[in-house]
Amino acid sequence: MKLKVNGSEYDVNTELDTPLLWVLREDLGLVGTKYGCGIAQCGACTVHVGGLAVRSCQLAVGEVGGEITTIEGLGTPEAPHPVQAAWIEEQVAQCGYCQSGQIMQAASLLLTDKNPSDEKIDRVMSGNLCRCGTYPRIRSAIHKAAKSIAGGDA
Amino acid sequence: MSENPSMERRRFLTGSIAIAGGVAFGVISPWKPALGQATQGSPAQIPLALTPFIRISSAGITLIGPRTDMGQGIASTQAYLVAEELDVDPLKCEISPGIPDPIYYNAAVADSLAPFPEYDHSAAAEAARKQGQEGFRTAGLQVTGGSTSIPDMYDRLRIAGATARETIKLAAAKRHGVSVDALRTDDGHVVLPSGTRISYESLADAAATIQPPANVELRKSDQWRYLGKRLMRTDIVAKSTGTQSYGIDATADGMLYATVRTHPAWGGEMLGFDATRAEKMPGVKQIVPLENGVAVVADRTWRAFKAMQTIDFQWGNGTFPKSSEALWEALENGERPELLEGKLRDDGAVDEVFASVGGETLEAEYRVPYLAHAPLEPMNAMVRVSDDQVDVWTGTQIPGFVQAHVAAVTGKPVEQVVVHNHTMGGSFGRRLEDEHVKQAALIALAVKNTPVKMTWTREEDMSHDFPRPAQLGRLRGRIEDRKIRALDVTTIGSSAVRSWLGRVAEAPPKPDVLQMAGAWDQPFNIPNYRVTGYAPEGLVPTTTHRCPGANANGFFHDAFLDELLHEAEQDPLEARVALCHHDASRKVLEAVGELSSWRGTHLGKGRGRGVAFVLSHGVPVAEVIDVTLTDRGVRIDDVYVAVDSGAVLDPANFEAQVTGGVVWGLGHAINAELTYEDYAPTQTNFHAYECLRMYQTPRIQFVALENNFKIRGIGEPTVAPAAPALANAIFAATGKRIRELPLNKHIDFV
Repeated sequence: MKLKVNGSEYDVNTELDTPLLWVLREDLGLVGTKYGCGIAQCGACTVHVGGLAVRSCQLAVGEVGGEITTIEGLGTPEAPHPVQAAWIEEQVAQCGYCQSGQIMQAASLLLTDKNPSDEKIDRVMSGNLCRCGTYPRIRSAIHKAAKSIAGGDA
Repeated sequence: MSENPSMERRRFLTGSIAIAGGVAFGVISPWKPALGQATQGSPAQIPLALTPFIRISSAGITLIGPRTDMGQGIASTQAYLVAEELDVDPLKCEISPGIPDPIYYNAAVADSLAPFPEYDHSAAAEAARKQGQEGFRTAGLQVTGGSTSIPDMYDRLRIAGATARETIKLAAAKRHGVSVDALRTDDGHVVLPSGTRISYESLADAAATIQPPANVELRKSDQWRYLGKRLMRTDIVAKSTGTQSYGIDATADGMLYATVRTHPAWGGEMLGFDATRAEKMPGVKQIVPLENGVAVVADRTWRAFKAMQTIDFQWGNGTFPKSSEALWEALENGERPELLEGKLRDDGAVDEVFASVGGETLEAEYRVPYLAHAPLEPMNAMVRVSDDQVDVWTGTQIPGFVQAHVAAVTGKPVEQVVVHNHTMGGSFGRRLEDEHVKQAALIALAVKNTPVKMTWTREEDMSHDFPRPAQLGRLRGRIEDRKIRALDVTTIGSSAVRSWLGRVAEAPPKPDVLQMAGAWDQPFNIPNYRVTGYAPEGLVPTTTHRCPGANANGFFHDAFLDELLHEAEQDPLEARVALCHHDASRKVLEAVGELSSWRGTHLGKGRGRGVAFVLSHGVPVAEVIDVTLTDRGVRIDDVYVAVDSGAVLDPANFEAQVTGGVVWGLGHAINAELTYEDYAPTQTNFHAYECLRMYQTPRIQFVALENNFKIRGIGEPTVAPAAPALANAIFAATGKRIRELPLNKHIDFV
């Protein structure tokens, strides 16, 4: 089966019902995407398929219908995506384990809403659990990223 | 910070040793490892007797911080402590947790275990703490926890940095024939009088031949370049780009994957299992029976998970009461002499006051439930057993225990067990335990010479946490002339410390002071004041949980204090200030009043405000919480926090810890509990164990005072006041006292 991940084509040979999460982590070695709950309750496994955020623990690899972007494809330490840049500037992460998922969810939000309200942020981001409690800085980082994207200085 | 710095500092004498291409600075210690631990020295790193904090070679500069990061930011702060004196930029250095070693002992952990309240700085109290510290030094226990890393490392790492800097300067002075006094250092370079800059790396060889000076002077805080200013966490880029590696991400050539399922209750009996279907599943390599369950080894984690689902188990009985009902019954009947944990406070004559006539007596019962730690990274470990070495890749708060336990289960000498400690995706006390690592070691023993990474499903993790103990508080108070004449607190719950240490080392004698923490050690003047703890044995095995003891007793003590003050018709904040006899604590209460513009608990119709105070880990914390009643339930609007943990080293991380502690405290106060049926928690995953999500997260403001007697850690202390402040605010808004957590059993939240 062919998968397009972060702009590269991969040939994956596994059962079609394998969750995309495990294919990314163990077949493709993209371990930035995390396993947290396995039932779409924590959001640590969030990636983009066709530009939209999905929980990769609940998406069978055989049902993937678009190009996949993971945290590694969103940006890099040398060239971070504006959302990642805002996350770095606001120093959002504590343990950091949920943050790949948070960032992918936030990037997806900003694709559909250029200037989300706090209420909208709360609604869209509440599927992503953070045990360390980084939520206040996630809110401010999303606003910062929105400004940065609007200002075109990304 | 200590009374006699020069004496303290001699303890932290920094030595040096030549390494390939350079020099390492650290501790050369005359004493031998204890507790069955061994100093490990891989040839590529440091040989023999020097345990390093700094390595400098032509390859670069490495800063070693032996306290492991679980989200509290200590990897970064340790690096800045060294860097402040060494004059390097941590962001240009390699940051390493080092190789586990008894010389990385944690002595500060003794302070919270001493039988003196943390506000007590009397000679007797300080002597007891010193004695405790000596014990932990001798034991050589390298542990990260208890908000102790900062007090423990504050002097040690700065002295190492300053000694290394001065040694490098001496090397430069010798090489260039100038006086050392004419030299200065800047950003990893020695600067000659001519202005020429010489990199530390190029001086490393020469520095290895210089005897490090014994009495370095540490910089005063007004000379600090990094500390005290908002710092860039050394791991922030990795954690924002998916490039931080956790234990669960470990890989090795030829590795296999595994998962484990054991009896729903720790230690419960497995009568039998049928893995016929699992054996034939794709990718399955081996089924490994364990004492209380089974491991599936496969070529992928998912295949191991899937195969596990096909195994039929016959479980026997568990080893503790079967249901929540039975567990609570044990607590309700726990007030028995043989279960007495201690009476850590007994001021005045409490019984006489309650036997006397007059005044008004209030009685109340409070409850908090079992709580999972549930760090977002599930328990995992990769282990490889070969003939002469066992490698363990995992994230742990106590690498020495992991090493000893893996040695025991694999039958190897401890010297042959190498622990590669990893950044943890949360812990909150959970990774003080290592049963999961022992399981991984047993699996690896069955699949020799192959690295096997064992990952628990969330369901296994949630059901096999060692939770925060459920606790029952029975409180009574006597009001006379609008004053609290007596307060009598009885707290009944397992000793998490004894349960944990009984499992991983040896159970310490009574009393476990943390079982009563948050109640016995509060700085209030109440003439007749008693705190008694009872700890029933044989209940659910437990371990310490972020802000241990105080996260239960702090709720009982402060919320009941609020009841008494209300009955006495006192303003809850002003009265707490008046009752408080500890200067730093009183200032914290005053500061939260100022920050929140306190004018009583009434904020208008449908709203309410509560205040709470808990001193834990030597840090007084006051919180004010504002709530609004909406037609769908209570909304938490604002939280105001005042804390005092002494000097703030990194305001950015400090803020993260303060606000994170509040979020943690609120989430559990509102939403979370473990309840038991058939020995197992009925909550198996995050759908049933909600914690706090963003939509419920209030605005949080804080102020940090710096009057504390000693510098302290801030990872835990803001947790405890959150629940009582919220319960007190709900009372102000509704007139309803809720005395049981989680609060959502009694009132809805939006």
